[in-house]
Amino acid sequence: MKLVIGIVRPEQANQVLEALHRAEVRGFSISRVQGHGGEMDRVETYRGTTVQMGLSEKVRFEVAVSDGFVDKTVQALCEGGRTGEVGDGKIFVVPLDHAVRIRTGDTDEGAVTPVSK
Amino acid sequence: MIAAIDTGDTAWMLTATALVLMMTPALGLFYAGLVRSKNTLNTFMMCIAAIAVAAVTWAAVGYSLAFDGNGDLVGGLGNAFMQGVDFDPRPEGTIPELVFFAFQATFCIITVALISGAVVERMRFGAFLLFAALWSVLVYAVLAHWAFGEGWLLTGGTLDFAGGVPVEMASGFSALAAALVVGARKDYGRQALLPHNAVYVLLGAGLLWFGWFGFNGGSGFSTGQNSVLAFTNTLLCPATTLVAWFVLDLMRGRKVTAIGAATAIIVGCVLITPAGGYVSPGWAMALGALGAIPSWGIIAYRTRTRVDETLDVLAAHGAAGFFGILFIGFVAQTGWNGVSDGLLYGNADQLWDQAKAALAAPAYAFVATFVLLKVIGAVMPLRATDREEAMGMDINQHGEEAYVTGEGAILLLPDDHGKAAVPVADPG
Repeated sequence: MKLVIGIVRPEQANQVLEALHRAEVRGFSISRVQGHGGEMDRVETYRGTTVQMGLSEKVRFEVAVSDGFVDKTVQALCEGGRTGEVGDGKIFVVPLDHAVRIRTGDTDEGAVTPVSK
Repeated sequence: MIAAIDTGDTAWMLTATALVLMMTPALGLFYAGLVRSKNTLNTFMMCIAAIAVAAVTWAAVGYSLAFDGNGDLVGGLGNAFMQGVDFDPRPEGTIPELVFFAFQATFCIITVALISGAVVERMRFGAFLLFAALWSVLVYAVLAHWAFGEGWLLTGGTLDFAGGVPVEMASGFSALAAALVVGARKDYGRQALLPHNAVYVLLGAGLLWFGWFGFNGGSGFSTGQNSVLAFTNTLLCPATTLVAWFVLDLMRGRKVTAIGAATAIIVGCVLITPAGGYVSPGWAMALGALGAIPSWGIIAYRTRTRVDETLDVLAAHGAAGFFGILFIGFVAQTGWNGVSDGLLYGNADQLWDQAKAALAAPAYAFVATFVLLKVIGAVMPLRATDREEAMGMDINQHGEEAYVTGEGAILLLPDDHGKAAVPVADPG
């Protein structure tokens, strides 16, 4: 059981959602985050004040999956998130000790496997 | 005979001109609320750009082509670069020609801005500027001459009080052509592309309605009876359109929607634009209710097609302008307008005069815009790349964002030429 964290461009978020759907990964959450990974390409000007945007908007996917789904999930995140330019984001896979489904009290594998009805 | 200047008329027309100019930023707010947040500024800026571009082209040649001389199809160049436009009134006018010029300029401006609704979220800003400049002369000025100058529609007896021909049908059918040439947004039909701020939409619609009292109320160029009638009809007609839209919304979804209400205000104002000074208040209310139906239907149908006429300029302006122009042919009353009766009051010819405008104006606007954009598209790309479209037009066309937080932004000093010492990790 792993927690897959994928941080992607907001404009690629819909592609990732579609890729996850195709990979039959059904349960995840997303949040809007700001981050910095080396890209410094955005310069904006407001009434003569020119700034380089050090933090970029990103979307963070968190997907808790059973071991069999880890590769599929990572692949879907890569496929949906990649544009080839600096700033496409990162994927982190971390071990997951324990999971509980609040409604039923199901734990671990049972909790991360979506109900199919 | 040159009539004397009337101070009351002049005072009202100065006010009306300012009201109409305000409609363009109001339209910007309305449109900006309807797009996704990453395109807010670009959408608003297309309307602001219309003020910049169309005011200049209008002063240069547009006004002259519309209002100089009595050619059937187009005016002359006698007033080009505002030659002879001064404090004297036009023949049969009671206001200085300078005021008349400015009032008409604001009409050209908002019409150009209206078309942007068809191409927002993807058309390059530079290409839009060139399109706006050429369209304001080649399409707007020509149609304004037909209906307001001494062109073939006006002299042929077509009644168009405040711009069903050059403003509403012209923008609506040009918008359809523009949407077809520029093409759909890349995510259109695949993802839900939702309005990002319904409050902007409602506020924009409210300000447009407010400005429309100058638009219709000023189109009699006086404080006379036609102006007063148009003013009050501008209150009544959109109000009944709102009621009708509520009913249509309730029948379909069992809920009255806010964005539907904002749309209804625009549709109602458009419906009464050509008819304002010619129909009775009772018929204006009937027009508002009946005219809601085609626009509502086209909006419901259009979203099921591949045509990404993004903000429904055709439904709100083209269809409602068409309906309003024809409606005059049925219910105009000499007792109210002092000019002509419609079919219901025994004058079938008026309906024919209205039908000519309802066929010719959309045809010219559609074909001219289609060809114009094809030509511009041959010399420069009309739309942003898919990647730029995905990032949002605000950042890549203007280098700004509507909802910037400033967190993590590094100030660049003027002499750095974009290469400031970067205090955070630099991979280079």
